[in-house]
Amino acid sequence: MSTARTAILDRLRRVNARPLPVKNPDYPIWTSTDREDMLVRLTELLEQNHAEVTRLPRAGLVAALRERVSGAGLKRLATGTGGEFFEEITQALQGTAEQLCFDQPLEQWKDELFNHVDAGITGCHGAIAATGSLVLWPGPAEPRTLSLVPPCHIAILKASTLHANLPAMMTEQGWGRGMPTNLLLVSGPSKTADIQQTLAYGAHGPKELVVLILEDA
Amino acid sequence: MHNRPQHFHAQAETALANAELRANFRGAMDYLRDKRKTAFADADEERTIRDRAEAIRQRCLSKLPELLEQLESNCIANGIRVHWAENADQANAIFTDIIQSHGGTLAVKGKSMVSEEIELNHAMEKEGITCLESDMGEYIVQLGQETPSHIIMPAIHKNKRQVAELFTEHVPGFQHTLDVDTLIQTGRNVLREKYRTADVGVSGVNFAVAETGTLCLVENEGNGRMCTTVPEVHIAITGIEKVVEFLADVPPLFSALTRSATGQLVTTYFNMISGPRKENELDGPKEVHLVLLDNGRSQAFADEEMRKTLQCIRCGACMNHCPVYTRIGGHAYGTVYPGPIGKIISPHLMGLEATQDLPTASSLCGACGEVCPVRIPIPELLQRLRHEAKQDPKPGTAPMRGQKAAASNAEAFVWRSFALITSRPVLYRMLTWCATRFRRLIPNKLGPWTRCRTAPKPAARTLRELMAERNK
Repeated sequence: MSTARTAILDRLRRVNARPLPVKNPDYPIWTSTDREDMLVRLTELLEQNHAEVTRLPRAGLVAALRERVSGAGLKRLATGTGGEFFEEITQALQGTAEQLCFDQPLEQWKDELFNHVDAGITGCHGAIAATGSLVLWPGPAEPRTLSLVPPCHIAILKASTLHANLPAMMTEQGWGRGMPTNLLLVSGPSKTADIQQTLAYGAHGPKELVVLILEDA
Repeated sequence: MHNRPQHFHAQAETALANAELRANFRGAMDYLRDKRKTAFADADEERTIRDRAEAIRQRCLSKLPELLEQLESNCIANGIRVHWAENADQANAIFTDIIQSHGGTLAVKGKSMVSEEIELNHAMEKEGITCLESDMGEYIVQLGQETPSHIIMPAIHKNKRQVAELFTEHVPGFQHTLDVDTLIQTGRNVLREKYRTADVGVSGVNFAVAETGTLCLVENEGNGRMCTTVPEVHIAITGIEKVVEFLADVPPLFSALTRSATGQLVTTYFNMISGPRKENELDGPKEVHLVLLDNGRSQAFADEEMRKTLQCIRCGACMNHCPVYTRIGGHAYGTVYPGPIGKIISPHLMGLEATQDLPTASSLCGACGEVCPVRIPIPELLQRLRHEAKQDPKPGTAPMRGQKAAASNAEAFVWRSFALITSRPVLYRMLTWCATRFRRLIPNKLGPWTRCRTAPKPAARTLRELMAERNK
């Protein structure tokens, strides 16, 4: 409908609106440069939003994952095919549960992912302390649906990738210069209050969000 | 049969007489107001975030045509296909074309008020395509063959008993319960099956970023992610006003939106989509389409004062704080957008012929303007629209759709007579003399005026006469 395009833009142009300069009044936003401070805030907010958070050293990752998986009785876990923690994840799942690598297009195993997987494991691109949000940057090694379709999402976060707030992270990493196909902030398990303002978890996505924070990584 | 703005008065009366509906709204509005209040640390913080949000929205609107072109070219560069629609028919034709070209018969839809505006579900049904609402509230509303009664919480007019009844009627195998967790699980199970099998996913857009060609979606449930990730085709639709200039404009608006809407510091998911699945990626839609809809927005844009209407970021705070909305609920308005924002945006979308009663449904108490995170001067705009509904446009400005639709000859005659009488002393004295002398002849019933008031009785003597008496 290029005629619609022309007509709409013409109408808007005819108004001759005066373009306003970029003036951004300051507003207070939670900030800190102290890592412990940020970690505490992130953990608190994630827990308030019903996520389960564990802080541990990187060396403890395999054991922690193994404990979590067998403790919760998770039997079939979907993982990526790469990513920073792939080896540790694989090691943790050996003998603990069945590992399903996301190595084919979604269409070819949609049914299985939707109905026969207990949890998905991903790394995190980073996190935001101000709002208690994980930043996920899905890609070929860790596709988008890993953190969405299984009823439990286990996210692994390096404490060193934590930022005080979203504007700081955007600026420091130059998001404005180009974005991945999909970038996500996740601040808890899926939830809704659509029925009589009563909060319920697991509306469509994961009912559980487990966050493992590697303090020395 | 859905409500219509033309029947606002009758619909409002019916709503007021419904005790259960009023209780549902009262509970929900109190809850949302409390949540918003606690979301801002103090008045200073609230003021500064509003300063920022207002400045961003005004700047972005001031460059609207340029930003739309920039958005389009960056989206195209990212592999998103961009379509433009003047009105509902054109938008629905675009949807039909895309879906049918894929042989699609089932679309799952995330929450999008713009899709309500074009009545997408009905239009698709005519083409043999099922369009299923996947937001829990919208799903409930669709099961009941209703429309949303609030822009953030679509099923806010229903309590859990009413939801359980709907499920009993429509969901096979549902065991009646009032347990909200079980009710949500029931919806979850039905909808998960649909995400898996749908051909197309539909969503709205909260912010469209011109700088990077990114579509931002704000949600808690994850249904928006499902709709925009699992089906092979994703179609997003947005009003042309939703574009922002920079990615850096997004965080303050996002913060203002979630805190004003549900009192949340942040929503569970903030989804930024900048393109379809790349060749080496294993999931995500293979095609992403963006439909840019005008549908009356350029009319609002044309007038500098009315343009402020388009600053709206759809948080719903104005509804939650409106004494009228709180009492009559969203359906009584008969428009897609109810409450204060609905009263100022609907005249542009539907014309003043249909919506002439809406701007009068306000006490002008100013609560809506006071809580608006982008400071839309809603009370002023309501007064302006009341004027436009009765009078000719200001000289040199284009008429609104339905300009002067509420003009009445009787009313014009009364005002003309009033002007005549009050500007001619002889006539004025004569009339006031008659009014005081024959005051007993004024009937006790004066139509609608005396439905809740006593009829006015003129004094026995005019003030002028009394003063003359006293100064004798």
